[in-house]
Amino acid sequence: MGLLTFKGGIHPYDGKELSKDSPVERYLPKGNLVFPLSQHIGAPAVPVVEKGEHVLAGQKIADAGGFVSAPIHSSVSGTVKGVEMHLTATGSMVNSIVIENDGLYEEAEFTAARLEDLSKQDILARIKEAGVVGMGGAGFPTHVKLAPKEPDKIDYVLVNGAECEPYLTSDYKRMLNEPEKIIDGLRIMLTLFDNAKGYICIEDNKPDCIAKMQELVKEIPRIEVKAMMTKYPQGGERLLIYAATGREINSSMLPADVGCVVDNVDTVCAISNAVLLGRPVMNKIITVTGEGARSPKNISVPTGTDMAEVIEAAGGMKDTAVKVIAGGPMMGFAMYDLHVPCIKTTSACLCLEKDEVSDAEQTACINCGRCVSVCPGQVIPARLATFAEHGDMESFQKFDGMECCECGCCSYVCPAKRPLTQSIKSMRKMVLASRKKK
Amino acid sequence: MSQMLHVSSNPHVRDKMTTGTIMKMVAAALLPASVFGIYNFGFRALLIIAVSIVSSVFFEWLYDRLMHKKNTVTDFSAVVTGLLLALNMPVSIPLWMPVLGSAFAIIVVKQLFGGLGQNFMNPALAGRCFLMISFAGRMTDFAVSDKFRGVVDAVTGATPLAALKENGFTEGSVPVLNLFLGNTQGTIGETSALAILLGAAILLAFKIIDLKIPLTYIGTFGIFITCYMLFSGMGFDINYLLTHLFGGGLMLGAWFMATDYVTTPITPRGQLVYGCCLGIMTAIFRLFGGSAEGVSYAIIFGNLLVPVIERVTRTPAFGKGGKKA
Repeated sequence: MGLLTFKGGIHPYDGKELSKDSPVERYLPKGNLVFPLSQHIGAPAVPVVEKGEHVLAGQKIADAGGFVSAPIHSSVSGTVKGVEMHLTATGSMVNSIVIENDGLYEEAEFTAARLEDLSKQDILARIKEAGVVGMGGAGFPTHVKLAPKEPDKIDYVLVNGAECEPYLTSDYKRMLNEPEKIIDGLRIMLTLFDNAKGYICIEDNKPDCIAKMQELVKEIPRIEVKAMMTKYPQGGERLLIYAATGREINSSMLPADVGCVVDNVDTVCAISNAVLLGRPVMNKIITVTGEGARSPKNISVPTGTDMAEVIEAAGGMKDTAVKVIAGGPMMGFAMYDLHVPCIKTTSACLCLEKDEVSDAEQTACINCGRCVSVCPGQVIPARLATFAEHGDMESFQKFDGMECCECGCCSYVCPAKRPLTQSIKSMRKMVLASRKKK
Repeated sequence: MSQMLHVSSNPHVRDKMTTGTIMKMVAAALLPASVFGIYNFGFRALLIIAVSIVSSVFFEWLYDRLMHKKNTVTDFSAVVTGLLLALNMPVSIPLWMPVLGSAFAIIVVKQLFGGLGQNFMNPALAGRCFLMISFAGRMTDFAVSDKFRGVVDAVTGATPLAALKENGFTEGSVPVLNLFLGNTQGTIGETSALAILLGAAILLAFKIIDLKIPLTYIGTFGIFITCYMLFSGMGFDINYLLTHLFGGGLMLGAWFMATDYVTTPITPRGQLVYGCCLGIMTAIFRLFGGSAEGVSYAIIFGNLLVPVIERVTRTPAFGKGGKKA
C-alpha cells in the first residue's frame, strides 16, 4: 500500500532530532500565572472568581461565554490578583485572569468515572466542563465539534498525530509516552459515533509511534493506525481528511459535512483525562527548541506559565537567538516580548538564530509557478497575492482566495522571497470582515 | 523591554532557492550548447556570445541607473537573455547586431514593461525576431568565413531545414546523426540536439523546469508532422520526422525558451495547453509558412496567448468537489 497523502506540500528541514530524544521534564512555575479568557475560537470565557479569592489547581475560574466557548481552569493553587489586559503570543492584548501562585499546588477534587456508566450526554458534558478545546492550534471547543447535527452520519474519527510542523516533537512524545490515553480518548469518541471507525494518523517519520500504536490497537475493534507520508502540511485538517478518506472539504464546510471528526492527539488525551478522571486541561507539553535554544527539549508546564520562564526552565536561550516563535516555523507566531502566557493551544517555543525572513531580499515575481505546485489548496498564490496587494477583493474571491489555509508553503518556496502568505492572509481577514458587516 | 526580537508573519523559514540561483543555473545549462557552438563555428561564436552578454548586462544596468531603479544586474536574468540571444544568431553577423538586439530585448521588451517578471514576450526571442524582420538577409546568412571556421561541414547557404523544405529528405541531405550531434549549419546554439538535451537534463535534475511544456510541445509537433506526411501522400519517412525534430531551433526553443517562466502559463494545465499550441503553430509555420523556421514566431505568438490560456484552463481549488458552495 502506498503512503497516504495529498497533492502539493513541501519538505522543509525538519529539525525534530534536536528535541525528540530527551525525556519530557516537568516544571512547576514560581511566578504569577496568566489565564487569557480567549484560549479558544468563539466567545471569551466569563470569570467566575473575584479578586482576592483563593483558588485550587483544577478549579474553574471562568465559564463558557456562549455555546461556542469553553471554560478555563486554574492550573495552580493561589490567590486571584485580578482581571486585566495581558499580551498573548499572537501579539494581541487579551483580558486575562492573573493568579498569584502559592507554590503548594493543592488540587481541587476530581470525580473519576467509568465509561460504561456514562451516557453520551454525560460524556459531552464532562468534556465541556473540563474546558477541552482543539489543542493542535485552532482551539475549537471540542464539545461542540463532538456534537454534530447527525452523529450517526459520522463515518470516521481521525486522530491527528501527523505533527507535520518542523521542529515540533510534543505530539511525538505524547504518543510515545501515553499511547494508552490516546486510545482511551479515541474509544470515548467512538462511543459518541456508533457508525464511525477510528483512524490514528501518524506521519511515517515517526515509525516508533506507528509501531507502538499498531501493537496496542491490534485487538481493538473499529480502530486502525494509518501511516501518512511525511510532508508539510499533512496535519492540516482538510488534507488529513483527504489523505485518510479521499473526501474533500472546502472553506465553507466542516469535517462533519463529509462524515469526519478530526482531533489532535493532545486533544484526544485531554478528552480521556476529562471523561475518565474528571481532570480539566491544566498542563501542556511544550517543545522548547531551535538552534537558539541551549538545550532543546520537551517540557511539561501548567497552562498560564510565562513563556520566558518556560524557556529558562528548559535551559535558556543563546545570546545569538534573534527570533522566538510560539508554535512551529511554518504557522507559528513570532513574539516580540516573551512575557506571554502558555495557553491551551501553545505547543512549542522555537528559538531561531537566523531570521530567514528579514535576511531574504525580495525581488520581482518571475511567474515560476513553484507556489502553484506546492499549494495544497490548489489555488494560484502568486495571483492572489497580487490581487491582495491591489486591494482587489472581487478578483481575490473569484480566484478562490478564501480556500487558502494559510499553511505558508507558497512563501516558503518562493525564489523571489515574496511574502505571499502574508498578503493573502491579510486579504482573507478583510474579506471575512466585510462579509460580517453585511 | 530587555531584548529586541524579530517579528514577521508566518512562515518563518524560507527555501534556499533564489531567482539569482535559478538564472545562474539556466546560464550553466546553456553552457554545453554554447561550448559546442564555439567548437562548431570557431572563435567568432565566442566573440558574439561575449558581446551579446556584455551588452545585455550593460543595458540592464544603464536603464536601472537612468531610471533611478534598484540595480537588477545581480539577478543574472540579463546574462541569460544575452546568452540566449547570441545562441539564436548565425555566426556570420556583424558585431553591432547582437548589441542592437540586446538593446531591444532589454530596454524595449523587458524594462519598458516593468522589468523582470513583467515582460509578456521572451526578451531574447523578441530581440531575435526584431533583427529577423529588420535585417532578414544578415540573420539568415549562414556562411562561415574560413578565418574563423571551426569544424562545420558546409561552407555556405542553406540550413538543413531550408534544404528539407526545398527538396524533401534526399540522398544529399544532412544525415540525421549529424543533426543530433550538431555538426551542421544553423545559429550558434541550435545545431546540437545532444548538447541542448544535456543542458535540459541539468535543468530537470535541479527541478528548474519540468517536462510538461517541452514534451507537449515536441510531442504535438511530432504528431502534426507525422499526420502531414501521411495525408500529403509523402508516406511516413522517419528521417524527415527526425530532421524536423533535431533540425532548426526546436530543441533550443522547446527546452530553453518555451520554458521561460515569465512568459508561460503558471498553472500545470495551462502549461500543457501552451505546449500543444506551440507544437501546432511551429508545425504550421514550418510546413506552410514562408520560412523554413517557425520556432521563434510560434513561441512569441504563444506568449501572447498566455493570458487567454490561463483564463480558460483555471481549475477549481481543493475541496470544490465537496458539496456546499
